[in-house]
Amino acid sequence: MLEVIHPGIFSSIQDLGRVGYRQDGVSQAGALDPLSLRLANRLVGNSAGAAAIEVMLGQLQIKFNRSGWIALTGADCLARLDDVPVYCGWRMPVRKGQILQLKVARSGLCTYLAVRGGIDVPTLMGSRSTDIQAGLGGLDGRALKAGDRLAVRQAEKCHLEKLGILLPTPLPQLRVLPGADWSSFTAQAREHFMADGWQVTPTSNRMGFRLQGPVLQLQSPLELPSSGVFPGVIQVPPSGQPIILAAEGQSTGGYPRIGAVIRSDLWKLGQLRPGQTIYFTQVTADEAAAAWQVQQRYLQRVEMLLASQQDSVCDALI
Amino acid sequence: MSQQSTTPCCYQVSEDAVTLQAPAPVALHFQQQIWALAEMLKAKGFYQAIVPGMNNLTVQFEPSQFSAEMVQEHLLSGWHSVQAEHFQSRELEIPVRYGGDNGPDLRDVATHTGLSEAEVIRLHSESVYTVFFLGFQPGFAYLGGLPESLHTPRRATPRAAVPAGAVAIGGAQTGVYPKAAPGGWQIIGHTDVVLFDPRRDEPCFWRPGDQVRFIPC
Repeated sequence: MLEVIHPGIFSSIQDLGRVGYRQDGVSQAGALDPLSLRLANRLVGNSAGAAAIEVMLGQLQIKFNRSGWIALTGADCLARLDDVPVYCGWRMPVRKGQILQLKVARSGLCTYLAVRGGIDVPTLMGSRSTDIQAGLGGLDGRALKAGDRLAVRQAEKCHLEKLGILLPTPLPQLRVLPGADWSSFTAQAREHFMADGWQVTPTSNRMGFRLQGPVLQLQSPLELPSSGVFPGVIQVPPSGQPIILAAEGQSTGGYPRIGAVIRSDLWKLGQLRPGQTIYFTQVTADEAAAAWQVQQRYLQRVEMLLASQQDSVCDALI
Repeated sequence: MSQQSTTPCCYQVSEDAVTLQAPAPVALHFQQQIWALAEMLKAKGFYQAIVPGMNNLTVQFEPSQFSAEMVQEHLLSGWHSVQAEHFQSRELEIPVRYGGDNGPDLRDVATHTGLSEAEVIRLHSESVYTVFFLGFQPGFAYLGGLPESLHTPRRATPRAAVPAGAVAIGGAQTGVYPKAAPGGWQIIGHTDVVLFDPRRDEPCFWRPGDQVRFIPC
């Protein structure tokens, strides 16, 4: 049982999102940085997709009314459990009555707080994620508020020790494949897109990251039929300023698509901080596939480390 | 894209998504073929997402399992193998309270179209609409079949909140807002029908292929 003393700027319950409902107009939702959510969960012995708290820009304050284990990943918020530092990438025991306080994230955007057992809210269409735009799931379809009490699912008793893992660093460079409408943009637009820095604007949210930079122009006006889009697809509305669709991005869209972030870099969207400058790098399909293998190997190494630290009697998957 | 062509084109949207687009112009019979193709692909179970759009279909695949080229070939051969005529559709009715407080923009639509408010209601409610696909919001249906005489541009200044259940016209489109959202469509009526309820076994009130009528009440 957790009590939210202060929700910070924007915190919500997320897991790995809703799968199988895009054709009904339902967004995936889920963690903006699914890699960090997955790592936090695995550190405390949860299944990768257990529900956790996604904290944007820190400042969350939580009181634990039961003992257990927690882990923090993603953006570093100089967290303290009472007066003990909690480092990102570490699992820590908590005792009843202890208070976890996050400061403002020094860099990055989303911090993930996983609790052993997983946050206990009802599953909606297969997921405990909050879809803020649609008002679905999580805790009553909304962000956390001061006074919210969250239940935690029962976990098997297990002997754990403190453990830390090295977390990937979100470099401000997003690898992309050319978009579906790449050749419809002017040569200058294509060059600007790949060569120039793009500033993440404060109007960005869980639906998408709005970028500011050179105005990207089409060779001639395009009327596109609405079609399926996914997180990572980069649209360019009439303003000429690109938007990277994120977890709560709409399921269909009609704006020209200049690029698509590769799967291995989607997690970095959850670390895009308003005001930050980012760059795009064009890669090939083969390079994207290789990047995915690198990420999979990293996750495998994490699993091996966790397994080697686990009491052999303890079931790690919940 | 040749207007004479009956061959769709396929392209890659992202590392793990491919779209099949029917040849222009947008046509109901192409949409029927898209629905049939979606049903066939769903039964095969290869794809994580199958999303119909306006005369197109987008699928999400696992790149370590299939290459984008394989998926494009699969979609194209599927397109040629399905029969649009076999697709079953349902007939649905949506009760609407037109005008007054329920339809604050009905007068503007009448003014723009040169029709009386009563004629706008008559034309809107006498048409049979087809659900082409869902998108934008849970349960939001892109409907085909709005008479050209009712086409009205979006409002110059969008509303901060179009209420849930608003029946509206935007350009050449008509639709119903399942949930309050910012929007620039012209609101001509209101319905109490719940278009999306996640607690239902089938959360969406309607699905692609449904034939819909608006019933004045």
